[in-house]
Amino acid sequence: MSAPAAPGPNQDAHDARWQRVLDCVALRRPDRMPVAMYATFWLAKYGGISCKQLMYEVETTRAVAERAILEFDPEIYNPMVLQSASGASLEALGFKQLQWPGHGVGDHQPFQYLDREYMTGDEYDDFLFDPTGFYMKKYLPRVGSAFEGLEELPSFPGLHYFRLVGAMRAFARPRVRESLQRLMAAGEEVERMMQHHFAFTDRMSALGYPLTNGSTSIAPYDFLADYFRGARGVMTDLYRRKDKLLALLDKAGEFILRQTVASARSSGHPIVFIPIHWAPDAFMSDAQFRTFWWPTFRRLMVGLIDAGLVPMPLWEADCSKRLEIIRDIPAGKCIYWFERTDMERAFEVLGDVTALRGNLSPSMMTTGTPAEVDAAVKHLVDKVWAKGGNLILDCAFGIPDETPVENVRAMFDAARRYAG
Amino acid sequence: MSDWTAEERQLVDWLADMNEDDALALAKRMLLEQRKDPLRVLELCREAMDIVGKRFEEGEYFLPELVLAGEMLEQIGAIAKPLITHRPGEAPKKLGKVLIGTVHGDLHDIGKNIVSFMLDINGFEIRDIGVDVPAQTFIDEITSYRPDVVGLSGFLTLAFDSMKETIAAIQGAGLRERLKIMIGGGQIDQAVCSYTGADAYGTNAVEAVALCKRWSGAVA
Repeated sequence: MSAPAAPGPNQDAHDARWQRVLDCVALRRPDRMPVAMYATFWLAKYGGISCKQLMYEVETTRAVAERAILEFDPEIYNPMVLQSASGASLEALGFKQLQWPGHGVGDHQPFQYLDREYMTGDEYDDFLFDPTGFYMKKYLPRVGSAFEGLEELPSFPGLHYFRLVGAMRAFARPRVRESLQRLMAAGEEVERMMQHHFAFTDRMSALGYPLTNGSTSIAPYDFLADYFRGARGVMTDLYRRKDKLLALLDKAGEFILRQTVASARSSGHPIVFIPIHWAPDAFMSDAQFRTFWWPTFRRLMVGLIDAGLVPMPLWEADCSKRLEIIRDIPAGKCIYWFERTDMERAFEVLGDVTALRGNLSPSMMTTGTPAEVDAAVKHLVDKVWAKGGNLILDCAFGIPDETPVENVRAMFDAARRYAG
Repeated sequence: MSDWTAEERQLVDWLADMNEDDALALAKRMLLEQRKDPLRVLELCREAMDIVGKRFEEGEYFLPELVLAGEMLEQIGAIAKPLITHRPGEAPKKLGKVLIGTVHGDLHDIGKNIVSFMLDINGFEIRDIGVDVPAQTFIDEITSYRPDVVGLSGFLTLAFDSMKETIAAIQGAGLRERLKIMIGGGQIDQAVCSYTGADAYGTNAVEAVALCKRWSGAVA
């Protein structure tokens, strides 16, 4: 798979930008160091609008995002008119896992995830036995009010013949009907959001700018930790429910892989973005990492690679102590994006295995001066790119929301000055 | 400790080794059947937590062990504390008072909660005022609680400015000189510490304890 084609006068520019990224992935030297633009709520600052406007006024969001891409001229850009333009969709679903502008946080604040226990410790067996049933009747009602009526649906496995016919009376119940109606309305809202996304990416493609990734995925451990058990729950499960945790990680790894491959193929785009939350050095011991975290993630990565995809994990926080372990992947198939891991050391350990992405510090981007940004870019160029590292320059986790625009200009200017 | 009985040593070992089931069963037996002094049992818990803290500093233990240790202590504390019969002047002496909260605009609390727990078991009196705390609330709480240390927590980059504003407001209210301010959170580093005007920052709960102990004179 390759990035969507861009027929028209800008096709050569589009293909040249995309080829630089593909060269990095294949561990070949591109003609210049690619620079990625990853902007979410920073677009509000750039466009002089509120975070709430960014989330709800999609035409404005599209215009601001387009202006940013055209001004900074990156090789690739993230889906900018998607999550940060999702206000109406979240509202339609009654989504409970986020607080967003107008719903729990102020108009000028980004959305924030609520770390909670969305699955209790004694529900592992239910989830393992019937993942779909667990989703329908337990999990979905907990994460979105539009799903709440689904609690009254029957358990489907076991239904047959006239028992199946009889069980359908559940669909006549008022709460079930209400949920179905709300879900249809939410579906239409999400479809509108997706059409904005597709229209935006088609337009940027035609202007010569390829999208970074067409799909996302998640490490099985992070899936359970972040979205089901919560931080406190999963950390104690390492001791209290070790066997069940391992069993569910195996199961989740399989369905996450299937779903990601289907989603990536549907997008027609090879790069799969995988934000990683639970790998940092401080979050578990080496032995715990090798037992609970890495095996199922490695299987996911290899499965994606076997399907012709390019996994792009973003290793959040500092993962310096994990580098030797996460080196064990097929060479020339991935992009490893690091947030706070020392990039020089990442290059030493991983330079012959994977492309690298990152990682200008958020504190420097936010509180530093353009001269400091320039020096930080030069440092990465000197220590990684100039020594043969296949680096895609970016901030640590995209452009921090509060970054002064002049610092972003300094980042792009310095990249072009020192590395093509 | 040479004056520990075999059973007391066993409780400390089981707690420090994350052997939750055995440790809780033994603690319950000591408290409810043997009628051991609850303050003594809590003292043993504190000894165990010292070992946990050391193992964390040495890189043997990580966040899961701090969290599980916290939950074990909560469970033992819930049984032991109602059994304590204080006589006047007998309340355990605290090393100092710490006010802690996540700054305004930020709703994250995992790190803050772990820091609060670690300070608590290390002998500090804690007032945790939650998340998304406005600067004025910090000022009001400082005025009424009179802490020795204020801990500002934040996970998002927006917390940099919230911390800076909070510290400036504390300064503006004339309260800055009488206390130390520490900051912590996922993106905090020396650059942020300088930017906000905090006295120090920490990257984990054990560092927060070390800072408070240093400031309280508990360690040289």
